[in-house]
Amino acid sequence: MTALTAPFGRFTHSVVRAIPASFGEGALRTCSAQVDLAAALREHEHYVAVLKHRLGLQVVELPADESLPDCVFVEDAAVVCGDTALVTRPGAPSRRKETEAMKQALQELNLNIVEMDDDSATLDGGDVLFTGREFFVGLSTRTNQRGAEILADAFKDYTVSPVPVLDGLHLKSFCSMAGPDLIAIGSSEPAQKAFKVMQQMSDHRYDKLTVSDDIAANCVYMNLPDKGHVLLYCTSEEYPESAKVFEKLKDYTLIPVSNSEKVKVDGALTCCSVFINKKLEN
Amino acid sequence: MTTEVGSETEVKKEPEKAEEQSPAPEQDAQAPAAEPKAEAELPCGETAPPGGDGDAQPKAASPEKERKQKEPSAGKGISRFLPPWLKRQKSQSQAEPREAEKENQEKVDEQQQPGQESAPKSPVSEAKEAPGEELKSDDKDDKHSIGSADTQPAKEEKGDESLERSADVKEKEESKCEEKKEEGETPKPDSGTEKPLLKAAKKMKTVMCHVTLLDGSQFPCEVEKRAKGHFLFFKVCEHLNLLEKDYFGLSYKDAADQKCWLDPAKEIKRQIRNSPWQFAFNVKFYPPDPSQLTEDITRYLLCLQLRQDIASGRLPCSFVTHSLLGSYTLQAELGDYDPSEHRLEYLSDFQFAPTQTKEMEEKVVELHKNHRGMTPAQADAQFLENAKKLSMYGVDLHHAKDSEGVDIMLGVCANGLLVYKDRLRINRFAWPKILKISYKRSNFYIKIRPGETEQFESSVGFKLPNHRSAKRLWKVCVEHHTFFRLVTPEQPPKARFLTLGSKFRYSGRTQAQTRQASSLIDRPAPYFERTSSKRVSRSLDGAPVVSVSDQALRGDSSVAGDKENGREPALELSSDSKDLDKTQEDVLKHQASISELKRSFMESTPEPRPDQWDKRLTASPATSLRLQAQGSLEEEITSILFSKAGFCSGPARPFVSRARAAEGTVTAASLPVAMGSVEKTPPTTDGPLPDSKDIGKSAEDKQRSGTGEQAEVEIEETVVIKEVKKAPKTKDVAPEVVVGAAVAEEAKKEKEGEAEEKEDKRPGGGEASSSSDSHSESEEEAEYHPQVSSVSVDQIKEEPEEEEPKQEAPPPGADPIASAAPPRAREERGAASEGAADEEAHNGHTETRQGLVSVEEDEEEEEEEEEEEEPRLNGDVSRTETERLPQVICCSEPPVVKTEMVTISDTFAAQKTEISTKEVPIVHTETKTITYEAAQLDGAGDSEPGVLMTAQTITSESLCTTTTTHITKTLKGGLSETRIEKRIVITGDSDIDHDQALAQAIKEAKEQHPDMSVTRVVVHKETELAEEGED
Repeated sequence: MTALTAPFGRFTHSVVRAIPASFGEGALRTCSAQVDLAAALREHEHYVAVLKHRLGLQVVELPADESLPDCVFVEDAAVVCGDTALVTRPGAPSRRKETEAMKQALQELNLNIVEMDDDSATLDGGDVLFTGREFFVGLSTRTNQRGAEILADAFKDYTVSPVPVLDGLHLKSFCSMAGPDLIAIGSSEPAQKAFKVMQQMSDHRYDKLTVSDDIAANCVYMNLPDKGHVLLYCTSEEYPESAKVFEKLKDYTLIPVSNSEKVKVDGALTCCSVFINKKLEN
Repeated sequence: MTTEVGSETEVKKEPEKAEEQSPAPEQDAQAPAAEPKAEAELPCGETAPPGGDGDAQPKAASPEKERKQKEPSAGKGISRFLPPWLKRQKSQSQAEPREAEKENQEKVDEQQQPGQESAPKSPVSEAKEAPGEELKSDDKDDKHSIGSADTQPAKEEKGDESLERSADVKEKEESKCEEKKEEGETPKPDSGTEKPLLKAAKKMKTVMCHVTLLDGSQFPCEVEKRAKGHFLFFKVCEHLNLLEKDYFGLSYKDAADQKCWLDPAKEIKRQIRNSPWQFAFNVKFYPPDPSQLTEDITRYLLCLQLRQDIASGRLPCSFVTHSLLGSYTLQAELGDYDPSEHRLEYLSDFQFAPTQTKEMEEKVVELHKNHRGMTPAQADAQFLENAKKLSMYGVDLHHAKDSEGVDIMLGVCANGLLVYKDRLRINRFAWPKILKISYKRSNFYIKIRPGETEQFESSVGFKLPNHRSAKRLWKVCVEHHTFFRLVTPEQPPKARFLTLGSKFRYSGRTQAQTRQASSLIDRPAPYFERTSSKRVSRSLDGAPVVSVSDQALRGDSSVAGDKENGREPALELSSDSKDLDKTQEDVLKHQASISELKRSFMESTPEPRPDQWDKRLTASPATSLRLQAQGSLEEEITSILFSKAGFCSGPARPFVSRARAAEGTVTAASLPVAMGSVEKTPPTTDGPLPDSKDIGKSAEDKQRSGTGEQAEVEIEETVVIKEVKKAPKTKDVAPEVVVGAAVAEEAKKEKEGEAEEKEDKRPGGGEASSSSDSHSESEEEAEYHPQVSSVSVDQIKEEPEEEEPKQEAPPPGADPIASAAPPRAREERGAASEGAADEEAHNGHTETRQGLVSVEEDEEEEEEEEEEEEPRLNGDVSRTETERLPQVICCSEPPVVKTEMVTISDTFAAQKTEISTKEVPIVHTETKTITYEAAQLDGAGDSEPGVLMTAQTITSESLCTTTTTHITKTLKGGLSETRIEKRIVITGDSDIDHDQALAQAIKEAKEQHPDMSVTRVVVHKETELAEEGED
């Protein structure tokens, strides 16, 4: 019921995972950059604090696993919509085991778990954009067609449309939901193209919020009972132009969150948590 | 009362239903005998009765008594119990004109008090009526008599009367019962059931139809063998007490076990052919927002359909959704959860999902508990609110392959066409983006409107398993587009057909119309019983219904559920036409041929080359999205005709703009202004004018004319209407109207003759012709231009399955007109009508006539207009006159040649094998070409070539019309002449008023180039003749 009746962005829980010491050296990245582990830890701590204290979510913190340097990016390990959770098969072989802890955590939350049994399928949660009406799944270096099909099987209520990711790691490396029917999208050509594809595929008309920096288009939107529209977005220090765009949103609780270290390993704001809406009874 | 009950249509058909009931030989025999006597009385007055009466009355009485006892049941459809003769009588009475019925009733009323005894009196009263009744019923009666044991031939008539009389009696008796029934608003189910019973057995042949309703019950209904789909459909709706019926339809399985929609406008028998008379009542158009439905009963039926869809897996749902929807189902059917009586077992009869697990049932129960207090109607509403959000809600899937042979699914829904591959939506074409929907053989094509940044249209092609499936898909698209996207369906010229559809277009009410109609529903919410599918269900009126287990039903229904339209190619082509008032087959034939010509003309396009469009379908949506129309996919024709104005160069600006307008939608505005001359034109046009609506239908705009640029130049507009016959094998050019405006300074007379000849040679018009020639294969094709202009302008073109290749060159002897017609011959209709201006290219070299406007009509061209035209064409060639333009019209009359073509193509053969059957390869088509030239031209043939200064071709396409404009400038003797030829192809379905469309096109052309004159108009009409037998 929740999936069908709850407002878009309504969440009660969040699953996060700590940053392992191996993060600085071992995390996969598309460009070589030096990560300041300490700074990354601080960032993450702040991020979790915002979820927990500022927003009042029930945060499930999974312990770090040193053998999984990318484990902080829990988003890739599972896609949760309503009461169903699809435990993915990440595209990067080194990350496949990240799903184990995630699966367990989701089971404990009484979600209906769907796993990807097909060894030919790969899917990173970072390629999955749920708009509240449908799914868009990026076909990227990490996600393939078969993975997209399994996603469609797992969430039969919704339309699942593939979107080629021509540039960037994931679909959500340049876009995300910034509100109901509002898609934040980077201004790069590949990003704009992807948006066009999404519009073409959809029966619904989405508004778009174009920000100058692709990575800044990755924000976290929530609709919380006491706070209404909530948006975690990039700080003006990091992306001044993009931040301005977000700051023009009306009636939002705007919370800038620094992400300067994680971004070096392609981590964006949505990457670090899996949001869940559980009915209170459960 | 039966009389009252039946609606008109019902009345007519009822007679036929009787057959089955007639069975009881004995009674029949007696009845006849008795009747005769009774009638005998008539003449004599009451005296006669004695002998006969004795027998007759007793019988009558007894039956009546029986009837009384049984009436309740009878009312519900148990006609079988009634004595045959009673049935007969009724049927007869019903069969008679209403007035008669009324009279009867009145009499009945009077007589009622007398009761059974009234019988004697009745004769008298009937006697009065008799004449009228007898006349009508004679045939039937005779049959009856024959059928019945010993009636005397001579007395048959009398017998009939007696029958009537008896009927009256019955009526009296029943009237009481009926009165109750009648209280209801409308004719109720009774009519359906009772009447049939009553009717005389023999008259019409009737067939028992079995309709599986959404609750799984069976609704038996007797219909005449020749009854049309709507008759049965109305019966079912009546039985269900359903008013918002436009969302529903009846489906059947064809020989190939494919689900097809029963076309309401066509005879059932022709559609189902040899299949059993077994139908399923299903939702055809899923309302996007069920909350906007007016009545709960409608929502309930939609719920039932969705439950079937869900249980069968056609409507995929997640576990949670299955559970939630299941819980609403329980609430609606069982009421509040009651722990004492609701245990898990109570769920065993319900199917919430294709595969139902214990876990799911538990979830369902858990959710059911939360719905306490919710009324059944509220639960249904909640069910629908959730179901409508499902991604596959209302999506009708069809298997297909993309150009690369990859399996995909095409989904037709309220918003457009969706493309799926392995559950993923890989593309989507919203109705507004689709310019044209067509199919050819087993290929299905859609032409996409160019995006903001794109200059050309693109087309996408899909391969369906066979041509029938392609046609089915095409029809579903046409229907969905019309229902959801248009405000009003393209309407056939005649009002009466509004509700009955021809196959080629959806003629039922659109969603907008049905909503409006629903808003007027003013009746207390009808009572209906919600039954779980598993249980035995009862018909609303209490008639016993055979219950079917859920599963069975579901299975069936689900299957049935598929929306597919009937696919009989042959039928469709021909069938519609009749409906049209014309009735005369002649007309039809003519028209048909014309349409074909047009079609061939237009569509001769070669098959799409795989390379080009194949790619689109491929996985990445982005890449696949669109192609440029030119050159790429489409067939030659397309490129030719449809390519946009892209090419136009400077001089052409007018064209360009025009063209654009044309492309998009046909704007009513443009058309509206009728040129004086134009209007005069064909009578046909006048009638239904092309208001926006018409236009829409018809079409397409056609024209765009060229402009003459020289100031001093006179402009001549010529409307040439040519008739081309088709020679077997050639494809005819669809009716094309060539409109050209030629500007000649001195009114040069161009050689019209030449021009015509040229035209003749190439039916299609310059460019087109070439392409058309190439196709010699026959195929079924259809086009539909979905654009919704403000008005609904959609054009549906469908081509007969076997098309003949168009022949461009008029068959030698074929058209007298065309060939003969040369210049002078024709009179100009001038203005008349078709005002298109044609410029002829003076130069010999240049392509002279490119701008032909071709009007394509669909197979069925049953439009009246055409008929009208035809008349002229045929005989009269010389019609005349004129209109304002001083032109002389000479029509050479083109004899209408009907040709049968037998096409044998591989595909066709293949299809045949698959289909088995009844498709007849022979298509009769007629083509006509009429040429109107301006008088001035005569004589002035321009023999001098002149120097070609410039030449350009512009093509634009609108919904129904495709316009190709050819502009040439030549210098002749120091004068510059601008000649504009426009070829307008109007593709039409029966609904399209081609004449109007043509007139419009001409008008527009004239308007566009006020300074030019129309020198010639050539109209090619291609029509397919429908054959009844085929279907």
